[in-house]
Amino acid sequence: MNTDAAARAEYRRFLERRSFIEMNARERVRAVLDPGTFREMLGPFDRIKSPWLPLQGIVAQADDGVVLARGTLDGKLALIAAIESAYQGGSMGEVSGAKIAGALELALDDCEQGRIILPVLLLETGGVRLQEANLGLAAIAEIHAAIIALRRHVPVVGVIAGMVGCFGGMSLAAALCTHLIVTPQARLGMNGPEVIEQEAGIEELDATDRALIWSLIGGEQRHAVGFADDLLEDDADAIAAAIRKAVCAVPASGRAPARSMQVERYVELLRTIDPNQPLDGESLRRLWKRGSPP
Amino acid sequence: MSPEANLDAESSPSCRGRVWFDALTGGAGVISSGPRSVCVADAALGSETARFIAVVPDTQNRFPRARAGEVGLDEGWALARHVRATTARRPIIAIVDVLSQAYGRREELLGVHLACAAAADAYASARLAGHPVIALLVGKAMSGAFLAHGYQANRIIALDSAEVMVHAMGKQAAARVTRSSVEKMGKLGERIAPVAYDIRSYASLGLLHKLVEGIDADAPGRIDVDRVRAELVDAITDARAGAPDLACRLTSPAARKTRAASIEVRRRLAEQWRLAEPSRSEEQSDVRS
Repeated sequence: MNTDAAARAEYRRFLERRSFIEMNARERVRAVLDPGTFREMLGPFDRIKSPWLPLQGIVAQADDGVVLARGTLDGKLALIAAIESAYQGGSMGEVSGAKIAGALELALDDCEQGRIILPVLLLETGGVRLQEANLGLAAIAEIHAAIIALRRHVPVVGVIAGMVGCFGGMSLAAALCTHLIVTPQARLGMNGPEVIEQEAGIEELDATDRALIWSLIGGEQRHAVGFADDLLEDDADAIAAAIRKAVCAVPASGRAPARSMQVERYVELLRTIDPNQPLDGESLRRLWKRGSPP
Repeated sequence: MSPEANLDAESSPSCRGRVWFDALTGGAGVISSGPRSVCVADAALGSETARFIAVVPDTQNRFPRARAGEVGLDEGWALARHVRATTARRPIIAIVDVLSQAYGRREELLGVHLACAAAADAYASARLAGHPVIALLVGKAMSGAFLAHGYQANRIIALDSAEVMVHAMGKQAAARVTRSSVEKMGKLGERIAPVAYDIRSYASLGLLHKLVEGIDADAPGRIDVDRVRAELVDAITDARAGAPDLACRLTSPAARKTRAASIEVRRRLAEQWRLAEPSRSEEQSDVRS
């Protein structure tokens, strides 16, 4: 009887939960910001589109798949950049990349003049848009540069909710964030499974083996071995709350260095790995218990 | 073309990184800690000492997927360590001949994305701390490997040579992902500069400080090496005179033309930035939403 009641309560909670994953990029940004504070910049009506896609017979979307908005988080000024995965796989082209880099650069200018802006990245991307290859790659380098410079002033918070995940050069952007939030539906990897199979062969990785891929790069695994800070269910309110906690909680002086700065720690962790021994997600979890040194 | 043939052409180890590392350092000041795939030396350049760093093939690399000059786990973290250990605002010269990031199951599991981010982080942090960081492209500068090793430089210099190329993905994989073919992609590159692989097309994007012509990139003689040294010294001077950010990649004449959209996005954003500040626009109705 008790378990029945518990199951019913659990089910009710599940039904009441607002899915973040099912939201598009614009809805996600609204769900994160304080109500009524959403101010979009370079929105669809500004019609700044990819100049490169029409040359290749592809229809260009009016916002190039990135939503930029200012607003507040618990009353503090914030900038949110969200990638729309439904458009071109959330890929980074010249315009979408410049929107994110340019907004982060403006936030940096403000921070350098003492006006603190809290930056949040909602990452849902396959990486470089290959139709704009080198201009996407260049924009990603500029996004990295901006995150690294901004991080000296404010925590930069990244969220990978799913279902696309975060790949390619943008997986480096996720790794550069001060604080990274994932769901169990998120994937975080440098090389997409198809690319690994293409470059290294099917014996290295079978891109159709979904269980294997999730065990390597799924949100739960990434959190368990310390590559992400929070693992949250697909719940918009919980994600919004976790973002607030991450951006507002700690002053810069008290923050741990970003993961990508912890060089000695990871050199040591990698020293414990013997590439001649088989290694799977489970055994790595045992070797690298979350957050603890070897 | 068979996939094998193409894989060979794309992934056969290149010795250019090693050749230029040896040529520019003259074997002096080599720091031999860490993996053999990451060469580091503090050697004379102009009137000062610079730190030279190259990623080179190592057939004995303990990670089999990083034996052909890829940036893998050990390479990414070693780059981060050596860049962060550079003292006294010395210039840092990243000699770039990197095939790709390491593609492998183990690499993904162990966080090759973080290893590459750590390297990018170190280079960018060095740049912000006042080290002039110069990337010298002598061979391939591919995708995540270039993001890790070179793309955070204040200035990028490239040798004008057929084997010097920049791209986001190897040709075969790019063709597969875009459901195209290598032949079609080659044709497209002739028309659309950002998708081309060759360095001259890349130069037209305006991201380079200098494309250095007429150098024997495979077997440089003394005159070649001296010319490249002079270019490096010039780039260091230019970097020291400029801001420590990447803004110069948007101001060159080529960038004004080819990266016009990147510039326009920033211009329009700057216009809207203050207007979108919540405290200032509270009285306005939420017209944009």
